[in-house]
Amino acid sequence: MTKVEAIVRPEKLNQLKLELEEIDCTGLTVAHVLGAGNQAGYVERHRGTEYRIRLHPKIRVELVVPDPMVEQVIRTIRNACITGEIGDGKIFLYRVIDAVRIRTGVHGNEAL
Amino acid sequence: MMHWLSPRAWRTSAALFGLLLSLAPTLAHAQEASPAAPAAATAAAPTADAAATVAPVFDSGDTAWIVVSAALVLLMTPGLAFFYGGMVRRKNVLGTLMQSFIAMGVITVIWVVCGYSLGFSEGGPFIGGLKWAFLNGVSASEVSPYYMDRGKGTIPHQLYMVFQMMFAIITPALISGAFAERKKFSAYLLFITLWSLVVYIPIAHWVWGSDGWLYKLGALDFAGGTVVHISSGVTALVAALFIGKRQGYPHEEMRPHDLPMTLLGTGLLWFGWFGFNGGSSLAADGLGVAAFVNTHVAAGAAMLVWVLLEWSMKGKPTALGAASGAVAGLVGITPAAGFVNVIGALAIGALACAACYFASVVVKPKLGYDDSLDTFGVHGVGGTVGAILTGVFAVKSFANVGANGLLYGDPGLVVKQLIGVGATWAYAGAMSLILLVVVDKALGLRVKKEAEFSGLDLTQHGEAAYSM
Repeated sequence: MTKVEAIVRPEKLNQLKLELEEIDCTGLTVAHVLGAGNQAGYVERHRGTEYRIRLHPKIRVELVVPDPMVEQVIRTIRNACITGEIGDGKIFLYRVIDAVRIRTGVHGNEAL
Repeated sequence: MMHWLSPRAWRTSAALFGLLLSLAPTLAHAQEASPAAPAAATAAAPTADAAATVAPVFDSGDTAWIVVSAALVLLMTPGLAFFYGGMVRRKNVLGTLMQSFIAMGVITVIWVVCGYSLGFSEGGPFIGGLKWAFLNGVSASEVSPYYMDRGKGTIPHQLYMVFQMMFAIITPALISGAFAERKKFSAYLLFITLWSLVVYIPIAHWVWGSDGWLYKLGALDFAGGTVVHISSGVTALVAALFIGKRQGYPHEEMRPHDLPMTLLGTGLLWFGWFGFNGGSSLAADGLGVAAFVNTHVAAGAAMLVWVLLEWSMKGKPTALGAASGAVAGLVGITPAAGFVNVIGALAIGALACAACYFASVVVKPKLGYDDSLDTFGVHGVGGTVGAILTGVFAVKSFANVGANGLLYGDPGLVVKQLIGVGATWAYAGAMSLILLVVVDKALGLRVKKEAEFSGLDLTQHGEAAYSM
């Protein structure tokens, strides 16, 4: 099992959900985060005070999938979220030791 | 900091004192002569003291309008609460809102117990007397003794009292902007109690009392530019300097957490200001309408000026700037509202706002003091500029009240305005410093460092504003 963690632009979330559903990936966790890699910051002003803001709002999507599906999931995420501009985001992959479904108690791929 | 009594002892004393106060009316009534019999709305038979009383003839239009105006002015206090609340960090929003809301409790009680009497009854040039304590002699069925020499006196006395109360409520709340995010709630309560008795009420008496010295001098202040805005603005400056900067100011990020809330507050303030200025003619008449129009025009002009200034000097027109500009214009026109024509309103709105812009956006960061929500920058500066410009743009022919200003032939008015402004600055500044020292010694003005990090909501009020 592999955890696929994608940090993407917030406005791409709907498209991403639709495309993941089409490849039968319905389980996912979404969080609002702040982040930046190479993306430039901007200046925010409040009366006389200036703030240099480097962190941009992003969405972090996490899904755990069986290993054979990983390549397809990566392709889907890239397809849904790409704009071609700096700030499109990143995907990280993690090895998962085990997964358990709370309702039934089953382990492993059956729990996904 | 030394404390004379523990906070618990102070709270217990305050509760006992409050209990005593609630018993006082019973005692007062025992000594009073028979209460005023409800008089008919039409002319009643004159009493033996005919020279002092006038048959109560209420104008229903005037009364209705001033009732609404009083309500509008009260609405400005929650409006101010939201205006300030949106500008602070999330962890302090309730604390900030409370500082405005609680004034509606504290000042209300003070006002009816002794505040109205000290401010508005006849006593001397500097302060009134206590004959109207507990509203003894302030009847809802007798006509207000105010402005009878102008042929006014068409609304019930209690209405005038409650209208003035709303001004007294919002003024101390304004000061809270200076020490946002770091003031102890108990110290704040003590401070505004003392401040309204020792600073607001005397200045109100000077400007609006029939034997007040500024009133007799002929200085013009239509709705409280000096009494409300300069007094609170100068106090704010002194308090900001005395209490010191917020931890981490200015390099730590302290962005407004809810600018939509601030804009909501601005809208409520603008709306309420129609009562603040438009009601200050104490009648539903042309003068009130003129004040209404001037108020609105000044606000609109000022908002534009701030937005344009910010756009050209900083690159972007911000929502906070638009809100601040509108408020600056409203502050500036307050002393002038019924005394100028629309040219004056446009000019005062624009000039007061420009002065506030430079004070808040250019000068304050350079000087480095932490008047957190720009109370001095907007109310202090705006009120001062507005009061002085009243001396320039006032035109007597309009509505036949007031006086002529510099542009209309009388340079003397500017001098009177300067005297009023100077006296308010000096008195408010000096008394505030004394009060700050007293409250600091008694209770400690500022929250502890750890409390400042955790936020006022949790540490002063045990609450979280937003559950997630």
